[in-house]
Amino acid sequence: MGSASEPAIASATSGRRPLVKRYAGLVRLTHWLNAVFLVGMIASGLQIYNAYTHFGLRNDPLDLPNPLDGNPMPQWARLGGWLAGGLNWHFALAWPFVATGLLYLGFLAFSGEWRSLLFRPRDIAPAVQMQLYYLRLRKDHPQQGKHNALQKAAYTFIVALGAIATLSGFAIYQPVQLAWLTALFGGYELARYWHFLTVWLFVGFTLLHVALVFLVDPASLRAMITGWYRGRFPSHD
Amino acid sequence: MTELGRSLSRRDFFRLGAVAGPTSLVAACGWDGGPVLQPRLQAFSRINDWIGEKVLFSPGRPAREYPLSARTPVQNFPMYSITYNRTGSFPSPDILRDWSLQIGGLVRNPMRLTLQALETLPSLTYTVKHHCVEGWTAVATWTGVPVSTVVALVEPKAESRYLRFDSFDSRYYNGWDLASAMHPQTILAYAYNDRPLTMGRGAPLRLYSPVKLGYKLTKYLTAMSFTRERPGGYWEDQGYPWFGGV
Repeated sequence: MGSASEPAIASATSGRRPLVKRYAGLVRLTHWLNAVFLVGMIASGLQIYNAYTHFGLRNDPLDLPNPLDGNPMPQWARLGGWLAGGLNWHFALAWPFVATGLLYLGFLAFSGEWRSLLFRPRDIAPAVQMQLYYLRLRKDHPQQGKHNALQKAAYTFIVALGAIATLSGFAIYQPVQLAWLTALFGGYELARYWHFLTVWLFVGFTLLHVALVFLVDPASLRAMITGWYRGRFPSHD
Repeated sequence: MTELGRSLSRRDFFRLGAVAGPTSLVAACGWDGGPVLQPRLQAFSRINDWIGEKVLFSPGRPAREYPLSARTPVQNFPMYSITYNRTGSFPSPDILRDWSLQIGGLVRNPMRLTLQALETLPSLTYTVKHHCVEGWTAVATWTGVPVSTVVALVEPKAESRYLRFDSFDSRYYNGWDLASAMHPQTILAYAYNDRPLTMGRGAPLRLYSPVKLGYKLTKYLTAMSFTRERPGGYWEDQGYPWFGGV
Protein backbone atom coordinates (compact mmCIF):
# COMPACT_ATOMS: atom_id res chain seq x y z
CA MET A 1 0.00 0.00 0.00
CA GLY A 2 2.99 2.28 0.66
CA SER A 3 4.61 2.97 -2.73
CA ALA A 4 3.58 6.03 -4.72
CA SER A 5 3.42 4.12 -8.00
CA GLU A 6 0.93 1.54 -6.73
CA PRO A 7 -2.32 3.37 -7.64
CA ALA A 8 -1.17 3.69 -11.24
CA ILE A 9 -0.47 -0.03 -11.45
CA ALA A 10 -3.67 -1.02 -9.76
CA SER A 11 -5.83 1.13 -11.99
CA ALA A 12 -4.43 -0.46 -15.14
CA THR A 13 -6.83 -3.25 -16.16
CA SER A 14 -4.04 -5.84 -16.27
CA GLY A 15 -3.25 -5.22 -12.60
CA ARG A 16 -6.84 -5.39 -11.32
CA ARG A 17 -7.69 -7.75 -8.58
CA PRO A 18 -9.64 -10.79 -9.74
CA LEU A 19 -13.41 -10.58 -9.77
CA VAL A 20 -14.84 -13.54 -7.90
CA LYS A 21 -18.36 -14.70 -7.13
CA ARG A 22 -18.58 -14.53 -3.37
CA TYR A 23 -22.14 -14.59 -1.98
CA ALA A 24 -24.96 -16.77 -3.20
CA GLY A 25 -28.29 -15.06 -3.91
CA LEU A 26 -29.91 -16.68 -0.89
CA VAL A 27 -27.19 -15.37 1.43
CA ARG A 28 -27.57 -11.85 0.10
CA LEU A 29 -31.38 -11.99 0.30
CA THR A 30 -31.45 -13.33 3.86
CA HIS A 31 -28.72 -10.87 4.92
CA TRP A 32 -30.68 -7.79 3.88
CA LEU A 33 -34.05 -9.17 4.97
CA ASN A 34 -32.50 -9.91 8.34
CA ALA A 35 -31.17 -6.35 8.56
CA VAL A 36 -34.67 -4.93 8.01
CA PHE A 37 -36.41 -7.41 10.36
CA LEU A 38 -33.78 -6.91 13.07
CA VAL A 39 -34.28 -3.12 13.03
CA GLY A 40 -38.04 -3.69 13.28
CA MET A 41 -37.70 -6.26 16.08
CA ILE A 42 -35.44 -3.96 18.10
CA ALA A 43 -37.55 -0.83 17.58
CA SER A 44 -40.83 -2.60 18.45
CA GLY A 45 -39.07 -4.35 21.36
CA LEU A 46 -37.96 -0.99 22.77
CA GLN A 47 -41.59 0.18 22.48
CA ILE A 48 -42.67 -2.85 24.56
CA TYR A 49 -39.86 -2.28 27.08
CA ASN A 50 -41.14 1.28 27.57
CA ALA A 51 -44.27 -0.03 29.29
CA TYR A 52 -42.15 -1.22 32.24
CA THR A 53 -38.54 -0.01 32.31
CA HIS A 54 -37.35 -2.26 35.15
CA PHE A 55 -36.35 -5.90 35.56
CA GLY A 56 -37.59 -8.22 38.27
CA LEU A 57 -40.86 -8.71 40.10
CA ARG A 58 -42.90 -5.54 40.55
CA ASN A 59 -40.95 -3.17 42.85
CA ASP A 60 -38.44 -5.96 43.53
CA PRO A 61 -35.56 -5.28 41.11
CA LEU A 62 -33.19 -8.00 39.96
CA ASP A 63 -29.68 -7.68 41.34
CA LEU A 64 -28.23 -7.16 37.87
CA PRO A 65 -26.91 -4.02 36.20
CA ASN A 66 -29.24 -2.00 33.99
CA PRO A 67 -27.87 1.47 33.23
CA LEU A 68 -31.17 2.19 31.47
CA ASP A 69 -33.34 1.39 34.51
CA GLY A 70 -36.32 3.73 34.72
CA ASN A 71 -35.42 5.51 31.48
CA PRO A 72 -37.98 5.51 28.68
CA MET A 73 -36.61 4.84 25.20
CA PRO A 74 -36.55 7.86 22.88
CA GLN A 75 -39.42 8.07 20.44
CA TRP A 76 -37.20 7.86 17.34
CA ALA A 77 -36.01 4.42 18.44
CA ARG A 78 -39.52 2.97 18.89
CA LEU A 79 -41.92 1.28 16.51
CA GLY A 80 -45.64 0.81 17.14
CA GLY A 81 -46.77 4.10 18.70
CA TRP A 82 -48.01 2.46 21.92
CA LEU A 83 -47.72 -0.86 23.73
CA ALA A 84 -50.35 -2.68 21.66
CA GLY A 85 -48.80 -1.40 18.42
CA GLY A 86 -45.34 -2.46 19.57
CA LEU A 87 -46.62 -5.92 20.47
CA ASN A 88 -48.35 -6.35 17.12
CA TRP A 89 -45.23 -5.30 15.18
CA HIS A 90 -43.00 -7.50 17.35
CA PHE A 91 -45.19 -10.61 17.03
CA ALA A 92 -45.72 -10.06 13.29
CA LEU A 93 -42.02 -9.54 12.49
CA ALA A 94 -40.90 -12.35 14.80
CA TRP A 95 -42.03 -15.07 12.37
CA PRO A 96 -40.26 -13.75 9.22
CA PHE A 97 -37.23 -12.94 11.40
CA VAL A 98 -37.06 -16.56 12.59
CA ALA A 99 -37.90 -17.93 9.12
CA THR A 100 -35.09 -15.88 7.53
CA GLY A 101 -32.66 -17.16 10.13
CA LEU A 102 -33.70 -20.79 9.56
CA LEU A 103 -33.52 -20.36 5.78
CA TYR A 104 -29.99 -18.99 6.11
CA LEU A 105 -28.90 -21.78 8.48
CA GLY A 106 -30.50 -24.35 6.17
CA PHE A 107 -28.52 -22.94 3.26
CA LEU A 108 -25.27 -23.07 5.26
CA ALA A 109 -25.89 -26.69 6.20
CA PHE A 110 -26.98 -27.76 2.71
CA SER A 111 -24.23 -25.96 0.77
CA GLY A 112 -21.38 -26.74 3.16
CA GLU A 113 -20.72 -22.99 3.53
CA TRP A 114 -20.85 -23.43 7.29
CA ARG A 115 -17.27 -24.68 7.09
CA SER A 116 -15.94 -21.21 6.28
CA LEU A 117 -18.07 -19.58 9.01
CA LEU A 118 -18.16 -21.87 12.05
CA PHE A 119 -15.55 -21.04 14.66
CA ARG A 120 -13.89 -24.25 15.84
CA PRO A 121 -11.09 -24.99 18.33
CA ARG A 122 -8.52 -25.02 15.53
CA ASP A 123 -9.39 -21.36 14.83
CA ILE A 124 -8.17 -20.23 18.24
CA ALA A 125 -4.48 -19.85 17.28
CA PRO A 126 -5.21 -18.00 13.99
CA ALA A 127 -7.65 -15.78 15.91
CA VAL A 128 -4.85 -14.77 18.27
CA GLN A 129 -2.58 -13.96 15.26
CA MET A 130 -5.36 -11.90 13.70
CA GLN A 131 -5.87 -10.02 16.95
CA LEU A 132 -2.10 -9.31 17.11
CA TYR A 133 -2.29 -7.90 13.58
CA TYR A 134 -5.19 -5.61 14.52
CA LEU A 135 -3.27 -4.48 17.61
CA ARG A 136 -0.29 -3.72 15.28
CA LEU A 137 1.85 -6.23 17.16
CA ARG A 138 2.22 -8.19 13.95
CA LYS A 139 3.10 -6.45 10.67
CA ASP A 140 1.75 -8.63 7.87
CA HIS A 141 -1.92 -9.59 7.49
CA PRO A 142 -2.13 -13.33 8.31
CA GLN A 143 -3.09 -15.71 5.52
CA GLN A 144 -6.80 -16.32 5.46
CA GLY A 145 -9.52 -17.98 3.48
CA LYS A 146 -12.87 -16.43 2.74
CA HIS A 147 -13.08 -15.27 6.34
CA ASN A 148 -10.38 -14.90 8.96
CA ALA A 149 -10.61 -16.59 12.36
CA LEU A 150 -11.91 -13.47 14.10
CA GLN A 151 -14.61 -13.12 11.49
CA LYS A 152 -15.56 -16.76 12.07
CA ALA A 153 -15.78 -16.04 15.80
CA ALA A 154 -17.97 -13.00 15.13
CA TYR A 155 -20.29 -14.80 12.69
CA THR A 156 -20.62 -17.82 14.95
CA PHE A 157 -21.37 -15.50 17.86
CA ILE A 158 -24.07 -13.62 15.96
CA VAL A 159 -25.88 -16.81 14.91
CA ALA A 160 -25.78 -18.01 18.53
CA LEU A 161 -27.06 -14.59 19.63
CA GLY A 162 -29.94 -14.87 17.18
CA ALA A 163 -30.83 -18.25 18.68
CA ILE A 164 -30.64 -16.89 22.25
CA ALA A 165 -32.74 -13.85 21.34
CA THR A 166 -35.37 -16.11 19.76
CA LEU A 167 -35.47 -18.63 22.61
CA SER A 168 -35.52 -15.99 25.37
CA GLY A 169 -38.28 -14.26 23.40
CA PHE A 170 -40.41 -17.42 23.45
CA ALA A 171 -39.57 -17.84 27.14
CA ILE A 172 -41.16 -14.50 28.02
CA TYR A 173 -43.97 -14.91 25.47
CA GLN A 174 -45.17 -18.20 26.98
CA PRO A 175 -43.76 -18.55 30.52
CA VAL A 176 -46.50 -21.04 31.52
CA GLN A 177 -46.92 -23.12 28.34
CA LEU A 178 -43.14 -23.21 27.73
CA ALA A 179 -42.25 -23.20 31.45
CA TRP A 180 -39.26 -25.53 30.80
CA LEU A 181 -37.77 -22.99 28.39
CA THR A 182 -38.40 -20.09 30.78
CA ALA A 183 -36.75 -22.12 33.57
CA LEU A 184 -33.73 -22.65 31.31
CA PHE A 185 -33.21 -18.89 31.29
CA GLY A 186 -33.63 -18.70 35.08
CA GLY A 187 -37.32 -17.75 35.16
CA TYR A 188 -39.46 -15.05 33.53
CA GLU A 189 -37.75 -12.00 35.04
CA LEU A 190 -34.24 -13.16 34.10
CA ALA A 191 -35.36 -14.31 30.65
CA ARG A 192 -36.70 -10.80 30.04
CA TYR A 193 -33.32 -9.40 31.12
CA TRP A 194 -31.38 -11.69 28.75
CA HIS A 195 -33.78 -10.84 25.94
CA PHE A 196 -33.11 -7.13 26.53
CA LEU A 197 -29.34 -7.75 26.72
CA THR A 198 -29.37 -9.38 23.27
CA VAL A 199 -30.64 -6.05 21.87
CA TRP A 200 -27.45 -4.25 22.89
CA LEU A 201 -25.23 -7.10 21.71
CA PHE A 202 -26.99 -6.93 18.32
CA VAL A 203 -26.51 -3.15 18.24
CA GLY A 204 -22.83 -3.46 19.21
CA PHE A 205 -22.20 -6.20 16.67
CA THR A 206 -23.89 -4.24 13.89
CA LEU A 207 -21.88 -1.06 14.58
CA LEU A 208 -18.61 -3.02 14.60
CA HIS A 209 -19.66 -5.04 11.55
CA VAL A 210 -20.46 -1.94 9.48
CA ALA A 211 -17.33 -0.10 10.68
CA LEU A 212 -15.07 -3.02 9.70
CA VAL A 213 -16.72 -3.35 6.30
CA PHE A 214 -15.84 0.26 5.47
CA LEU A 215 -12.44 0.34 7.19
CA VAL A 216 -11.03 -3.05 6.19
CA ASP A 217 -12.87 -4.47 3.18
CA PRO A 218 -15.27 -2.04 1.46
CA ALA A 219 -15.43 -4.33 -1.57
CA SER A 220 -17.34 -6.86 0.53
CA LEU A 221 -20.31 -4.46 0.63
CA ARG A 222 -20.60 -4.60 -3.15
CA ALA A 223 -20.26 -8.38 -2.90
CA MET A 224 -23.13 -8.58 -0.39
CA ILE A 225 -25.31 -6.63 -2.84
CA THR A 226 -24.31 -8.04 -6.27
CA GLY A 227 -22.61 -11.25 -5.21
CA TRP A 228 -19.33 -10.27 -6.96
CA TYR A 229 -16.19 -9.44 -5.07
CA ARG A 230 -13.08 -7.60 -6.24
CA GLY A 231 -11.04 -6.84 -3.14
CA ARG A 232 -8.14 -7.66 -0.88
CA PHE A 233 -9.24 -11.15 0.15
CA PRO A 234 -10.30 -12.96 -3.02
CA SER A 235 -9.43 -16.52 -1.99
CA HIS A 236 -11.91 -19.19 -0.96
CA ASP A 237 -11.45 -22.00 1.49
CA MET B 1 -6.39 2.54 -1.20
CA THR B 2 -6.64 2.78 -4.99
CA GLU B 3 -8.75 5.28 -6.92
CA LEU B 4 -10.83 2.38 -8.11
CA GLY B 5 -11.36 1.17 -4.58
CA ARG B 6 -12.32 4.62 -3.41
CA SER B 7 -14.96 5.19 -6.08
CA LEU B 8 -16.38 1.73 -5.55
CA SER B 9 -16.76 2.21 -1.85
CA ARG B 10 -18.47 5.57 -2.34
CA ARG B 11 -20.97 4.09 -4.76
CA ASP B 12 -21.55 1.21 -2.42
CA PHE B 13 -22.06 3.63 0.41
CA PHE B 14 -24.99 5.15 -1.45
CA ARG B 15 -26.34 1.69 -2.16
CA LEU B 16 -26.27 0.96 1.54
CA GLY B 17 -28.11 4.21 2.11
CA ALA B 18 -30.84 3.06 -0.24
CA VAL B 19 -31.44 0.04 2.00
CA ALA B 20 -30.84 1.67 5.36
CA GLY B 21 -32.94 4.76 4.58
CA PRO B 22 -36.37 3.12 4.41
CA THR B 23 -35.44 0.84 7.31
CA SER B 24 -34.70 3.74 9.62
CA LEU B 25 -37.76 5.61 8.39
CA VAL B 26 -39.90 2.67 9.45
CA ALA B 27 -38.32 2.73 12.88
CA ALA B 28 -38.51 6.48 13.25
CA CYS B 29 -40.82 8.50 15.42
CA GLY B 30 -42.79 5.81 17.22
CA TRP B 31 -44.71 5.03 14.05
CA ASP B 32 -47.72 2.71 14.53
CA GLY B 33 -47.93 1.53 10.92
CA GLY B 34 -50.38 4.15 9.69
CA PRO B 35 -53.88 3.59 8.31
CA VAL B 36 -52.67 0.98 5.81
CA LEU B 37 -50.42 -1.28 7.88
CA GLN B 38 -52.08 -0.93 11.30
CA PRO B 39 -55.25 -2.92 10.38
CA ARG B 40 -53.07 -5.57 8.71
CA LEU B 41 -50.96 -5.93 11.82
CA GLN B 42 -54.13 -6.50 13.85
CA ALA B 43 -55.30 -9.05 11.30
CA PHE B 44 -51.94 -10.79 11.60
CA SER B 45 -52.37 -10.78 15.37
CA ARG B 46 -55.32 -13.18 14.81
CA ILE B 47 -52.84 -15.70 13.38
CA ASN B 48 -50.84 -15.46 16.59
CA ASP B 49 -54.11 -15.90 18.53
CA TRP B 50 -54.69 -19.10 16.61
CA ILE B 51 -51.14 -20.33 17.30
CA GLY B 52 -51.54 -19.39 20.97
CA GLU B 53 -54.80 -21.28 21.29
CA LYS B 54 -54.27 -24.31 19.02
CA VAL B 55 -50.51 -24.90 19.16
CA LEU B 56 -49.07 -23.46 22.37
CA PHE B 57 -51.92 -23.80 24.88
CA SER B 58 -52.15 -27.11 26.77
CA PRO B 59 -55.63 -27.30 28.41
CA GLY B 60 -54.44 -29.45 31.31
CA ARG B 61 -51.03 -27.93 32.04
CA PRO B 62 -51.09 -26.20 35.44
CA ALA B 63 -49.14 -23.02 36.08
CA ARG B 64 -46.47 -23.32 38.76
CA GLU B 65 -47.59 -22.61 42.35
CA TYR B 66 -45.45 -20.64 44.80
CA PRO B 67 -45.03 -20.75 48.58
CA LEU B 68 -46.81 -18.05 50.61
CA SER B 69 -43.40 -16.51 51.35
CA ALA B 70 -43.04 -15.64 47.66
CA ARG B 71 -46.07 -13.31 47.72
CA THR B 72 -45.48 -9.81 46.43
CA PRO B 73 -46.12 -7.25 49.20
CA VAL B 74 -49.68 -5.93 48.82
CA GLN B 75 -48.51 -2.35 48.26
CA ASN B 76 -46.31 -3.51 45.34
CA PHE B 77 -49.14 -5.24 43.45
CA PRO B 78 -50.88 -2.39 41.65
CA MET B 79 -54.65 -1.90 41.81
CA TYR B 80 -56.12 -0.78 38.56
CA SER B 81 -59.49 -0.11 36.97
CA ILE B 82 -60.78 1.85 33.99
CA THR B 83 -63.15 3.77 36.30
CA TYR B 84 -60.20 4.74 38.50
CA ASN B 85 -58.19 5.90 35.48
CA ARG B 86 -61.10 8.10 34.40
CA THR B 87 -62.41 9.46 37.71
CA GLY B 88 -59.68 8.91 40.28
CA SER B 89 -61.80 6.54 42.38
CA PHE B 90 -62.68 2.86 42.17
CA PRO B 91 -66.27 1.78 41.40
CA SER B 92 -68.63 2.50 44.29
CA PRO B 93 -69.24 -0.31 46.82
CA ASP B 94 -72.98 0.58 46.76
CA ILE B 95 -73.39 -1.96 43.97
CA LEU B 96 -72.41 -4.80 46.31
CA ARG B 97 -75.73 -4.65 48.24
CA ASP B 98 -77.83 -6.51 45.71
CA TRP B 99 -75.09 -7.85 43.47
CA SER B 100 -75.35 -11.22 41.76
CA LEU B 101 -73.60 -12.89 38.83
CA GLN B 102 -75.78 -13.53 35.83
CA ILE B 103 -74.86 -16.60 33.78
CA GLY B 104 -76.60 -16.94 30.45
CA GLY B 105 -76.31 -16.90 26.70
CA LEU B 106 -76.23 -20.27 24.94
CA VAL B 107 -76.93 -22.42 28.03
CA ARG B 108 -79.71 -24.82 29.08
CA ASN B 109 -79.97 -23.52 32.67
CA PRO B 110 -79.36 -19.78 32.86
CA MET B 111 -78.98 -18.68 36.48
CA ARG B 112 -78.11 -15.92 38.89
CA LEU B 113 -75.63 -16.66 41.62
CA THR B 114 -75.21 -14.51 44.72
CA LEU B 115 -71.84 -14.23 46.39
CA GLN B 116 -73.15 -16.43 49.23
CA ALA B 117 -74.18 -19.09 46.71
CA LEU B 118 -70.77 -18.96 45.02
CA GLU B 119 -69.03 -19.30 48.38
CA THR B 120 -70.85 -22.56 49.10
CA LEU B 121 -69.49 -24.15 45.90
CA PRO B 122 -66.20 -26.09 46.12
CA SER B 123 -63.37 -23.56 46.04
CA LEU B 124 -59.77 -23.52 44.86
CA THR B 125 -56.91 -21.56 46.45
CA TYR B 126 -53.52 -21.13 44.81
CA THR B 127 -50.46 -18.85 44.96
CA VAL B 128 -49.33 -18.05 41.43
CA LYS B 129 -47.46 -15.52 39.34
CA HIS B 130 -49.36 -12.75 37.62
CA HIS B 131 -48.03 -11.66 34.21
CA CYS B 132 -48.91 -8.15 33.08
CA VAL B 133 -48.67 -7.31 29.37
CA GLU B 134 -46.47 -4.37 30.39
CA GLY B 135 -43.74 -6.80 31.43
CA TRP B 136 -44.01 -6.83 35.22
CA THR B 137 -44.89 -9.80 37.39
CA ALA B 138 -46.23 -10.27 40.93
CA VAL B 139 -47.10 -13.26 43.10
CA ALA B 140 -50.37 -13.50 45.03
CA THR B 141 -52.84 -15.98 46.50
CA TRP B 142 -56.31 -16.18 44.98
CA THR B 143 -59.41 -18.09 46.14
CA GLY B 144 -62.52 -18.78 44.10
CA VAL B 145 -64.78 -21.21 42.27
CA PRO B 146 -63.38 -22.88 39.13
CA VAL B 147 -65.20 -21.60 36.05
CA SER B 148 -65.52 -25.25 35.00
CA THR B 149 -67.67 -25.90 38.11
CA VAL B 150 -70.10 -23.13 37.16
CA VAL B 151 -70.10 -24.25 33.52
CA ALA B 152 -71.24 -27.71 34.64
CA LEU B 153 -74.19 -26.12 36.49
CA VAL B 154 -75.48 -24.09 33.55
CA GLU B 155 -74.85 -26.72 30.83
CA PRO B 156 -73.75 -24.78 27.74
CA LYS B 157 -75.34 -25.73 24.43
CA ALA B 158 -73.27 -27.52 21.80
CA GLU B 159 -72.99 -24.42 19.60
CA SER B 160 -71.42 -22.21 22.29
CA ARG B 161 -67.75 -21.57 21.54
CA TYR B 162 -66.78 -18.51 23.58
CA LEU B 163 -67.38 -16.92 26.95
CA ARG B 164 -67.98 -13.24 27.46
CA PHE B 165 -67.27 -11.68 30.87
CA ASP B 166 -68.90 -8.32 31.66
CA SER B 167 -68.24 -5.90 34.51
CA PHE B 168 -69.51 -2.71 36.14
CA ASP B 169 -66.09 -1.06 35.54
CA SER B 170 -66.92 1.43 32.77
CA ARG B 171 -68.14 -1.40 30.52
CA TYR B 172 -64.84 -3.27 30.72
CA TYR B 173 -65.31 -6.74 29.25
CA ASN B 174 -63.35 -9.69 27.88
CA GLY B 175 -63.95 -12.54 25.45
CA TRP B 176 -62.42 -15.93 26.16
CA ASP B 177 -61.97 -19.20 24.31
CA LEU B 178 -63.73 -22.05 26.14
CA ALA B 179 -60.55 -24.14 26.54
CA SER B 180 -58.81 -21.42 28.58
CA ALA B 181 -61.98 -20.77 30.59
CA MET B 182 -62.24 -24.51 31.40
CA HIS B 183 -58.57 -24.66 32.50
CA PRO B 184 -58.53 -26.11 36.04
CA GLN B 185 -56.88 -22.94 37.41
CA THR B 186 -59.32 -20.47 35.84
CA ILE B 187 -61.52 -19.29 38.72
CA LEU B 188 -64.17 -16.77 39.70
CA ALA B 189 -62.14 -15.30 42.55
CA TYR B 190 -63.60 -13.66 45.66
CA ALA B 191 -60.46 -13.48 47.80
CA TYR B 192 -56.97 -12.01 47.35
CA ASN B 193 -54.25 -13.09 49.82
CA ASP B 194 -56.89 -14.82 52.04
CA ARG B 195 -59.17 -11.74 52.36
CA PRO B 196 -62.33 -10.79 50.50
CA LEU B 197 -61.61 -8.64 47.45
CA THR B 198 -61.52 -4.91 48.09
CA MET B 199 -62.97 -2.44 45.56
CA GLY B 200 -59.42 -1.84 44.26
CA ARG B 201 -59.01 -5.53 43.46
CA GLY B 202 -62.30 -6.01 41.62
CA ALA B 203 -64.85 -6.74 44.38
CA PRO B 204 -67.00 -8.64 44.81
CA LEU B 205 -65.94 -11.16 42.16
CA ARG B 206 -63.29 -11.20 39.46
CA LEU B 207 -61.96 -13.61 36.91
CA TYR B 208 -58.51 -14.99 37.68
CA SER B 209 -56.20 -17.38 35.84
CA PRO B 210 -52.42 -17.81 35.76
CA VAL B 211 -52.60 -18.87 32.09
CA LYS B 212 -53.65 -15.41 30.81
CA LEU B 213 -52.19 -11.91 30.85
CA GLY B 214 -53.70 -9.55 33.45
CA TYR B 215 -55.88 -7.60 31.01
CA LYS B 216 -57.87 -10.78 30.23
CA LEU B 217 -58.86 -11.13 33.91
CA THR B 218 -62.13 -9.21 34.16
CA LYS B 219 -62.69 -7.50 37.53
CA TYR B 220 -66.02 -6.34 39.04
CA LEU B 221 -67.90 -9.17 37.29
CA THR B 222 -71.59 -8.81 36.52
CA ALA B 223 -72.26 -11.42 33.85
CA MET B 224 -70.87 -14.44 32.12
CA SER B 225 -72.42 -15.40 28.77
CA PHE B 226 -71.80 -18.20 26.33
CA THR B 227 -71.70 -17.12 22.68
CA ARG B 228 -71.29 -18.53 19.21
CA GLU B 229 -69.45 -15.44 17.88
CA ARG B 230 -66.12 -14.33 19.28
CA PRO B 231 -66.55 -11.48 21.78
CA GLY B 232 -63.86 -8.77 21.67
CA GLY B 233 -62.71 -6.99 24.79
CA TYR B 234 -62.03 -3.52 26.18
CA TRP B 235 -58.33 -3.50 25.29
CA GLU B 236 -58.57 -6.18 22.62
CA ASP B 237 -60.91 -3.94 20.58
CA GLN B 238 -58.21 -1.25 20.66
CA GLY B 239 -55.51 -3.55 19.28
CA TYR B 240 -54.19 -5.69 22.13
CA PRO B 241 -53.78 -9.40 21.29
CA TRP B 242 -57.09 -11.19 21.79
CA PHE B 243 -55.84 -14.54 23.09
CA GLY B 244 -53.43 -13.08 25.65
CA GLY B 245 -52.20 -16.48 26.88
CA VAL B 246 -48.90 -16.90 28.71
